[in-house]
Amino acid sequence: MPKNPVEALCLNAITKRFGELIANDAVSFSVMKGEVVALLGENGAGKTTLMNILFGQYTADSGTVAVFGETLPPGNSRAALDAGVGMVHQHFTLADNLTVQENITLGARSLFSPHLDRAASRAKIIELSEKFHLVVSPDADVGSLTVGERQRVEILKALYRDVQILILDEPTAVLTPQETDDLFATLRLAIAKGLSIIFISHKLHEVMAIADRVIVLRHGKMTGGARTKDTDKRALAAMMMGVEATPPQVAPVNPGAVLFELQNVTTPDFGNVPGLKSVSLALKAGQIIGLAGVSGNGQAAVADIVGGLHNPSAGRVVLNGNTIQKWSPREAVQNGIARIPEDRHKTGTIADFDLTENAILERYNTDAFSKGGWLNWRRSRAFADSIIDKYDVRCPGADTPIRLLSGGNMQKLILGRVLEADPQIILANQPVRGLDIGAVNYVHSQLLAARDGGAAVLLISEDLDEVMALSDVIHVIADGRLSPEFSRGQMTPAQLGFWMAGQGFETSVAHAS
Amino acid sequence: MEIVEILFTASFWAAAIRIASPLIFATLGELICERAGVLNLGIEGIMVAGAFAGWMAVYSGTGLWTGVCVAMLVGMLFGTLHSILTVPFGLSQHVVGLGVTLLATSSTYYAYRLALPEVTSPPKIEAFQPFEIPILSGIPLLGPALFSQTPFTYLAFVLVAVVAVILYRTPLGLAVRAAGESPAAVAAQGLSVTAIRMGAVIVGSGFMAMGGAFLTMSAFDSFFFEMVNGRGWICIALVVFGSWRPGKALLGAVLFAAFDALQIRVQQTNFGSQIPYQFFLMMPYILSILALVVMSRRAKVPAALMVPFNKGER
Repeated sequence: MPKNPVEALCLNAITKRFGELIANDAVSFSVMKGEVVALLGENGAGKTTLMNILFGQYTADSGTVAVFGETLPPGNSRAALDAGVGMVHQHFTLADNLTVQENITLGARSLFSPHLDRAASRAKIIELSEKFHLVVSPDADVGSLTVGERQRVEILKALYRDVQILILDEPTAVLTPQETDDLFATLRLAIAKGLSIIFISHKLHEVMAIADRVIVLRHGKMTGGARTKDTDKRALAAMMMGVEATPPQVAPVNPGAVLFELQNVTTPDFGNVPGLKSVSLALKAGQIIGLAGVSGNGQAAVADIVGGLHNPSAGRVVLNGNTIQKWSPREAVQNGIARIPEDRHKTGTIADFDLTENAILERYNTDAFSKGGWLNWRRSRAFADSIIDKYDVRCPGADTPIRLLSGGNMQKLILGRVLEADPQIILANQPVRGLDIGAVNYVHSQLLAARDGGAAVLLISEDLDEVMALSDVIHVIADGRLSPEFSRGQMTPAQLGFWMAGQGFETSVAHAS
Repeated sequence: MEIVEILFTASFWAAAIRIASPLIFATLGELICERAGVLNLGIEGIMVAGAFAGWMAVYSGTGLWTGVCVAMLVGMLFGTLHSILTVPFGLSQHVVGLGVTLLATSSTYYAYRLALPEVTSPPKIEAFQPFEIPILSGIPLLGPALFSQTPFTYLAFVLVAVVAVILYRTPLGLAVRAAGESPAAVAAQGLSVTAIRMGAVIVGSGFMAMGGAFLTMSAFDSFFFEMVNGRGWICIALVVFGSWRPGKALLGAVLFAAFDALQIRVQQTNFGSQIPYQFFLMMPYILSILALVVMSRRAKVPAALMVPFNKGER
């Protein structure tokens, strides 16, 4: 922090409503030059909305934004950029058909200037990427980049416009721990150059690691603020949730019968994602089976087979002792398999459908919700209302399009939808990705309750902490192969990491034979 | 054997280029619209309107090039209507497009009757005449085919190059391509998706009208009802065939036109006279569908094509 702090940004009494939902309620705060402010809050607390107002993508109903003393015109991203505000969105705003350089230079020159001056912009991009350790080739097609690389492009986009204030919306949600470290190194370089950073997150340890100051939002209101050196994670969590968060306790169980089994299942490779190689996996009643591994090692194939989307090219799928000949999603649902899909936006919900329609999506054709080809809207609506009530889905009502809900509330609806059907087998694929602590604890406690009620839970997650905290037994998946079963507490994270890196398989094969 | 001989005659290739010219204009127009993310099904009607407007202007005494400009302006007018409905209002692009086609077609016929209430056969104008480019037109086969066309045809080829350069070499083209792929990316860089898309639709519609005007001002010298005859729909397919790239779209237009020129000639051969002529009329369409199936497997559709974008909505 410089000795005489300059106010870089000042938000004054910002209020924004979406229909009846108040997303931001008279929020005011300021950011100094060279300062890192973390905006902390649960999903749906209004963090992203607030930043979209600051960046001119939404227009506030009232309140003003000032950058270095100048008030910004509302709802004008160009003015925000020109004033030195840049934003890295959580859902990246990149055009896949363009190269890295084209994405970065888009809009940087007047649309009516006669040419792009590729050489100069290329030199500037290379200079910036070296200065801030953002390794990415200017000529690569954005469509072919990994998530981490895409984020680097997003940051370069802002730096290219010489921003003074950089907003990062949940930047670490999609990164591996190593990539997060790299990002933090880049951010420290940016701070050293005098940039101010607003860092949106709900991960407390990251906030403590990078921020100078924390501002907490809850239900659209500012509920607190503190310097990181004067506070700790517990206090922040309490501010964020209103109550202190306690992770659910896991009691030991005695697993029951095998409900579902994959026997030597093989699937074809899909692009550069490996298929399964003779995978055998048993899901037992009253047990959480954790599947750990780095993304793209065959988790999707396991999920697709359990969920009925694909049939194995070799091997058998056994349900309650019967080999399944032909497997489909509908049969999976009818046979008591509950699916919490990896991507709740793409495969979990239909964005423009309301909560009622999304609630009955998997079972609309069953007796519960239709008769003789006619939907029973009264019952469907009652079902949705009961989920909203029981699972605390925060929304204006069951007739709200689900796209208006935050990720956590969307996930709660999906959870309610599947758990209310009394499932035998629960496929939980990245069930808490992108959720805040409150929602994470809630989802975990529901999964544990389902386990205690006798369901078999297959937990697929890239978050090793999550797998280790919840699972009764753990398998590691790497390159389409499945490790032996490890019991709770049997393995350290380092040992699991060894399997995740694909080592250990050769020795175990030698053991088996 | 006779077919092979046809393929080596200059008159065949000259006809192919002539038939391709209106398709090139209209395909470029549609391509610009779609690259920005808007499907413009008004193309068929806008071509009709352009055909009439250009011809009528010349008939009323303006110069040929002024006629072309009038046609373009009329096209841009319909393009403005289309873009207001589809871009800021975000209405269904299918419905608006078909509506614009019906409106443009019927208002053209109405205008025709208003302007010429008495005539039974439409008057002729002094159309564009072939202009032989010195030296180049002397090249055997290629010369008469490519370099003895009307200036209007040359303009079509020049326009392909101009559009390609703008799309791939200028900030404007970059913004257009991005608007059709990820409007959020455009908005996040402080640009107006609405302005870019509307501009693309308006300019693209102008090109479509020029394609129509080619029919009355260069290919023929008069205006007939039904003269566009589905060419607009062919152009929609040609854009897909060309994978949304101007150069490839030009290739597609010439290929389709060559099929069309070929079938007329094959009809007149001994072999051809034994087969009902309707089959020959089908040929270019069937071959186009086949070519489309092959080519479009690898085509990359603009990801945000037909997806309206409203700033501030979540």
